[in-house]
Amino acid sequence: MPKNVIVYGLSNCPYCIMVKKFLEDNKIVFENKNVGEDKSAAREMIEKTRQKSVPVIDIEGKIIIGFDKEGISKELGIETNN
Amino acid sequence: MNKSYELIIIGLGPAGITASIYAARKKMNFLALGKSLGGQALWSSEVQNYTGFQFISGVELMEKFKEHMEKFNIKVNENEEVALVKKENEIIKVKTDKAEYESKTVIISSGKMPRALNIPGENEFKNKGVAYCATCDGPLFADMDVAVIGGGNSALDAVLGMMKIAGKVYLINRKAVLYADAVMVEKAATSEKVAILNDTEVVEIYGDDFVKGVKIKTKNAVKELSVEGIFVEIGSVPSSSFAEGVEKNEKGEIMVNCLCETNIQGVFAAGDVTNVAAKQIIIACGEGAKASVGAFSYLNAQKELI
Repeated sequence: MPKNVIVYGLSNCPYCIMVKKFLEDNKIVFENKNVGEDKSAAREMIEKTRQKSVPVIDIEGKIIIGFDKEGISKELGIETNN
Repeated sequence: MNKSYELIIIGLGPAGITASIYAARKKMNFLALGKSLGGQALWSSEVQNYTGFQFISGVELMEKFKEHMEKFNIKVNENEEVALVKKENEIIKVKTDKAEYESKTVIISSGKMPRALNIPGENEFKNKGVAYCATCDGPLFADMDVAVIGGGNSALDAVLGMMKIAGKVYLINRKAVLYADAVMVEKAATSEKVAILNDTEVVEIYGDDFVKGVKIKTKNAVKELSVEGIFVEIGSVPSSSFAEGVEKNEKGEIMVNCLCETNIQGVFAAGDVTNVAAKQIIIACGEGAKASVGAFSYLNAQKELI
């Protein structure tokens, strides 16, 4: 079963763009929540993380703040070359 | 035993990436490491002066750089932050937050980072209301009152951006007048949403779980200003403090000659971290290439001596 992945991000933030590209490149299906346009998503993200920075990646309840390639890869079983 | 290389490239922005491509083509035994692949260039929303691309975003351009780099199977250590570079007995030691290495040459291309206020509460509330990029994080502060700190173009850019989405926007400027472009200042000054506070210094950031406000100091008083977001836009500083014994100017920029050599043999520097005349992506790339060629020639000259 693929894991349930949510990305909370903003359209102009470089690491949001990069994390989404990284997931797409690795064929990971995820739900994209734009916290700039969707206020309830913003509240949800702040409640989950108690902080205000993006991106936030929620992998079945495991929260990763920022584009932490290693952390995300570990959680999703993605093999990286480094 | 420390891992030993011919060359270590510190910093993964345009200068470091270009330097590593040159080093790979010369089949040098090298390592490239840094905090973020792409560096400051990622934060450029529009790049209109990189030859061959009339219009591209920083993120897209850096993706292309990355792809180019991947063609050469370059060993890249991302998320690794350098703590010390020091030459001792003809060997250059590079200490990071993860490991220690030794190298015959290094290229320092660590770029610049946003200047911090260095006041109480700033670190504590980082990402809890304190932000350093209004264009990126701005929308998280929709309808809230915010403060922008600074008086130059980047501060005014932030004010003009936040004016459209935030509640009240306070522009807090330490100096008597704003030093940004007049067109921008006029736009901010005529907006009902913006309050410009000149001759005002932010001395503390306070809050509970999140930012609640700032303490500001004017000539004769200290008072509290209630805001939920704070954008620090007071320029940037070179990331050069880890380089020991390397000559720097009063701004902290590493002094290089036209061959990207520093005062220490075998230590080269390139891009925004140096005193190079303009801080531009295309210039950083050229400087990275020069530094890499320089390191290669230096190694060859050393070999001939033996």
